[in-house]
Amino acid sequence: MLEMTLNGLEIQVEPGTTLLEAANFYGIEIPTLCYDAGLSPIGACRLCLVEIGSPDRSRLVSACTFPAQKGLEIRTHSKRVINARKLLIEMYLATCPSSKTIQDLASKHHVTRVRFKQKHDDCILCGLCVRICEEQMQAKAIEFIGRGHELRISTFFDKKSEDCRHCGACMYICPVCQARCQGPQEKDAVCNACLNLEPPCLEEFEDAMCYMDPCVACEQGHEPRKGCSQRKEGS
Amino acid sequence: MPSLQSRINTAADLFRLQETLQQRASSNNRYIAVCGDTGCSAWGSKSVKDVFRDCLEQKGLAGQVGMKFTGCLGLCESGPVVIICPEQIFYQKVQEEDVEEIIDKTVTRGEIIPRLLYQDVLSGETYTYMNEIPFYQKQKRLLMGNNLKIDPNSIEDYLALGGYSATARALTEMTPLEIIDEVKFSKLRGRGGAGFSAGDKWKECYDAVSDRKYIICNADEGDPGAFMDRSLLEGNPHSVLEGLIIGGFAVGAREGMIYVRAEYPTAVVKIKHALHQAEELGLLGENIFGSGFDFQVSISIGAGAFVSGETSALIASIEGRAGEPRQKPPRLAQRGLWGRPTVVNNVESLANIPVILREGEEYRRTGTDKSRGTKIFSLVGKVVNTGLVEVPLGITIREIIEDIGGGIKGGRSFKAVQTGGPSGGCLPEHLLDTPTDFEELNAVGSMMGSGGMIVMDDETCMVDVARYFLRFLQDESCGKCFSCREGINRLLEIIDDIVHGLGTPGHIDLLRELSVVVKDSTLCGLGQTSANPVLSTLQYFEEEYRAHIKDKKCPAGVCKALIHFSIDLEKCTGCGVCKKKCPEEAISGEKKEIHEIDPERCSKCGICLDTCTFDAVLKC
Repeated sequence: MLEMTLNGLEIQVEPGTTLLEAANFYGIEIPTLCYDAGLSPIGACRLCLVEIGSPDRSRLVSACTFPAQKGLEIRTHSKRVINARKLLIEMYLATCPSSKTIQDLASKHHVTRVRFKQKHDDCILCGLCVRICEEQMQAKAIEFIGRGHELRISTFFDKKSEDCRHCGACMYICPVCQARCQGPQEKDAVCNACLNLEPPCLEEFEDAMCYMDPCVACEQGHEPRKGCSQRKEGS
Repeated sequence: MPSLQSRINTAADLFRLQETLQQRASSNNRYIAVCGDTGCSAWGSKSVKDVFRDCLEQKGLAGQVGMKFTGCLGLCESGPVVIICPEQIFYQKVQEEDVEEIIDKTVTRGEIIPRLLYQDVLSGETYTYMNEIPFYQKQKRLLMGNNLKIDPNSIEDYLALGGYSATARALTEMTPLEIIDEVKFSKLRGRGGAGFSAGDKWKECYDAVSDRKYIICNADEGDPGAFMDRSLLEGNPHSVLEGLIIGGFAVGAREGMIYVRAEYPTAVVKIKHALHQAEELGLLGENIFGSGFDFQVSISIGAGAFVSGETSALIASIEGRAGEPRQKPPRLAQRGLWGRPTVVNNVESLANIPVILREGEEYRRTGTDKSRGTKIFSLVGKVVNTGLVEVPLGITIREIIEDIGGGIKGGRSFKAVQTGGPSGGCLPEHLLDTPTDFEELNAVGSMMGSGGMIVMDDETCMVDVARYFLRFLQDESCGKCFSCREGINRLLEIIDDIVHGLGTPGHIDLLRELSVVVKDSTLCGLGQTSANPVLSTLQYFEEEYRAHIKDKKCPAGVCKALIHFSIDLEKCTGCGVCKKKCPEEAISGEKKEIHEIDPERCSKCGICLDTCTFDAVLKC
């Protein structure tokens, strides 16, 4: 067993455990977008950053790929970590606002503004689809293509894949196309509704109106409130 | 007496052969060295060399006067460089038509041709001999000095200078641990940029237990403005090969590999040739020097990704995967190429090894306490003498730029120097006295990097410089980490806004905040340093950013959206030259009447400014 310090707590883990697994085991929640317990970790989304080392010589590493080491000092929620995570989430919102997963992360981390230009890239290149296709479905029908800002996911040579069995695993695991969020409009990246304990409806109503689906307030024909997730199609 | 064809079986064989070759070289020491490195080749040195050869043959001098088409001789600015040895008479900018005169006057009669001599721009003084030239005086050319005496295609030249003695000593007289200790004692630090102790790196790999280990020479040099590794491989490939063999012996690797970028075809040809020669002589292969040590070297050619210079990405690339860095630990000494312990050394680090084993004393006296030896910098940009300079570590940047580089070109004033490639930083005038030392450079927000040194004058816009490097990194990031891929995109987006006059006051803080996060949260060295161009220009040139944002002005007159051309009503004579030259037909006006620029049509190319002889075109 390896002894480490996790947020000041003395812990013991098996060799070969990653820092993310260790933290999860001890009940500490670390946000991720590209991690799945059944797939090999690649450390692409960088949200699972944790701070390691003594405070004067520390650095941030991705918890999903970093192996447990004897005597390691880990801080999962230090100011440095949270600042980095929040800015990353802000960038995610600016890149892909239609993902409910990302909107929920923003809500949880109290990210309430986006200072970057709004894009609607959809794909965040987390690579979950590539890995589930290869590792679980044994198909290897899709892959990362290109490099840097031209990186994208596609079939080989962009041709219709003969290896694809149309199993839909890639769509199932995608944090962006799964549960597409109807919340924010083009100009407005932050929705901040679903996981927000202060419902945006309060601006207009005495009580929260958003427990129902579809949202009563929107159904009644009121102007949808800023940040309300339950907007009507085309409104 | 061993002939060159026969195999060298023992160290004694080598020394005998070296002696023979030395005698041959000293009995016939009159030769003409023509620089054949890329800079001089671009100036036409290849045809100059051919004309020399033909001319010597015609005049029946071919037997008495030798020819060497050498590696880089340093002063790339003055190419093609020709040096008449043994006197080392230095001729610059030699053209084909000068060849006959050189042979007739200098080679045959010893007369100097003044018009071909190097002239110092500032003092106007001319210099006859190579060693007198100020460019060379402050240098200490431990690695590059032999380039003058070596034809890169000739292992004989290298052996005549005592080549492979260090290998013989290492393999027959020393144990791996003794070699590692000697390298540690020399305090050689990785020349690829990180500055990690080479001895410690070797020790780690030596300690790893495995039946198979690898040593890799990293020749994936890709920084804009850096070309020292290429010049070493092209100019003195055997010195790198020697370092690789010694390293292999020290860490216990029987296989070496040179990972060279595909953009260096000449280097690939030269190394292949060198490998072939070394194999023929038994300096590579089985039982080298009868020591029982077997060593093979192969060449692996990159696929054009800058990030493959990062060691774990390099290994992924050799294994046939996409060049993407991976999480370390496990470190390469634990799990490297094909899962085996691997050590990766930069070209220049390896070229240092034979020097350390041969002239350890001298080596340890060079440099600073923490960083010993010399470092090759590629001095480029707005400096008088561009080229490769090799200096003892610890010399100040000012000495390199002013004494060796000869100051700023065209009488303009110095603004900044960018060191360390795209990941480095820009240093302003008041930091020019910073010594070239790993720690000192890091402390002022730049880095040693692989040794690129780009000098900029007052006509350079620092925001535009940051933009240039970000663009480079945007293309070259592997794209795996969101923080690097999207972080660079967003940094660039903001800077693009700033140079187009769309900057807002919040942008500077946002740039800083984002830069810190990109630096903190990315996996590999490329990503972690990708915000450095922004951070260091912000640190030292914030007022320039402010001028772009607040006053919508580019002080250096570079950012096109923020400059305007107009015509000085008092100076314009109506000659019509600018009107004729303007590619956009944006200038109107009758002959002998004052002209006018239509801002709508003007593409701000600046041709009118360059062509006007009356200084009547204004840029503001």
